[in-house]
Amino acid sequence: MGVGMEARDLNAWFGPAQVLHGISMDMAANQVTAIIGPSGCGKSTFIRCLNRLHETVPGARVEGKVKVGGSDIYGRSVPAVEVRRRVGMVFQKPNPFPTMSIYDNVAAGLKLNGFRNRRELDQIVERSLCQAALWDEVKDQVKKKSGASLSGGQQQRLCIARALAVAPEVLLMDEPCSALDPISTSKIEELVFELKKDYTVVIVTHNMQQASRVADFTGFFLLGYMVEFDRTERVFTNPADKRTEDYVTGRFG
Amino acid sequence: MTRTRFQLGLDELKEKLLRMGGLAEQAVDRAIEAYSSRDPEASEKVFRGEQSINMVEREIDELALDLLAMQQPVAVDLRFILAVIKVNADLERVGDQAVNIAERARDLAGLPAVELPADIPRMAATATGMVRQALEAFIRADADLAQQVLGSDNSVDRMKREIEAAMMAQMKQSPASARQALDTLLIARNLERVADHGTNIAEDVIFWVRGADVRHLGPGTPATPLP
Repeated sequence: MGVGMEARDLNAWFGPAQVLHGISMDMAANQVTAIIGPSGCGKSTFIRCLNRLHETVPGARVEGKVKVGGSDIYGRSVPAVEVRRRVGMVFQKPNPFPTMSIYDNVAAGLKLNGFRNRRELDQIVERSLCQAALWDEVKDQVKKKSGASLSGGQQQRLCIARALAVAPEVLLMDEPCSALDPISTSKIEELVFELKKDYTVVIVTHNMQQASRVADFTGFFLLGYMVEFDRTERVFTNPADKRTEDYVTGRFG
Repeated sequence: MTRTRFQLGLDELKEKLLRMGGLAEQAVDRAIEAYSSRDPEASEKVFRGEQSINMVEREIDELALDLLAMQQPVAVDLRFILAVIKVNADLERVGDQAVNIAERARDLAGLPAVELPADIPRMAATATGMVRQALEAFIRADADLAQQVLGSDNSVDRMKREIEAAMMAQMKQSPASARQALDTLLIARNLERVADHGTNIAEDVIFWVRGADVRHLGPGTPATPLP
């Protein structure tokens, strides 16, 4: 089961420029939370703060708390590597390890952590590929075919399988469909719907229809602030803030 | 660019709906004119006018469907289009009520004139006034004005009950004019329905503007906001 995630008074900077201002938000367990907003609103920075990726950029820093299942990922003595295992991430462009087979792509995280039990590894790889709805399409050639030889949509599902293999509690998705065609997009969206049974999902998307289709909750970001956060139905039928309404109806942004 | 096209579509939808409102209102006015003047030709005008009402109704539905399918509207735009679809259906029904009234008026014109204790023109003025005010609220996106319309429904209901009671009594006392009394009673019922459609339109305006569903609430009950 996924666990809930909460951000409390989260501020982020790139050098001297503050790009996130006091974001507080609860991402409910086993629900999909979407972050929407125009380019440069801070939504990708926000999601990258949720697994301590933001701090890997030179000059970037974060203040505030992000709790996963009650423990602060920015707490002292919490290793970033452990955080990224508990909070998996899928990126905009599918990025499988190009020279590795499908199998090795999925197993990479586990092997890196010293996991060697061959039979168990086989099981985890198969289960992860099943969860990512890719197993049936690749099962006959998981060890022969390279990750890079798959189609874009399959590569993205491979990346999802790779993220799931290390048994995260939360799955972050940063515009996971922006490089995909509508059919692949709809497969990923169906997958997100399935995945929330086991994981807490946070998805950043430019595509508002996608947010309205997949998310239970939606947060609207603007210029580094969170303007509105509510149930998705509410945001898309009767948002409370005029700026949200202008954005979702396409009047700006 | 696409949004501009969408906005043009929304404007066109509003324009067509107002045209529809004008036609429906005119139909009721003409039907009442036919009743008052005992002129069968006035009834014919109502029958002929119904075709244009039905045509505009279809145009509005087609345009609304196109906008829903091609622009995927959300929030205030989605509520607007839903409201238009519902108001459109109500206006078409107002047109139908006008036809019913015109049929009764034509029947009455063929019967000996009798003095009956029923102020149909007054009731008609109140009922069509509600439809007009609800459409005015629609043009101005004015939920307060729409709210006022909801209050008028009770007085129309009362007028209908009074006319009903008076016509029932008339039929008993003077069976010779029973048919005239029955026609008049039916006209009062049609007008009461016109007022109901006015109420529905006002509720749809409130839904569009405030995002609140005020249907089927007793007086003083707070409106339910959308989820």
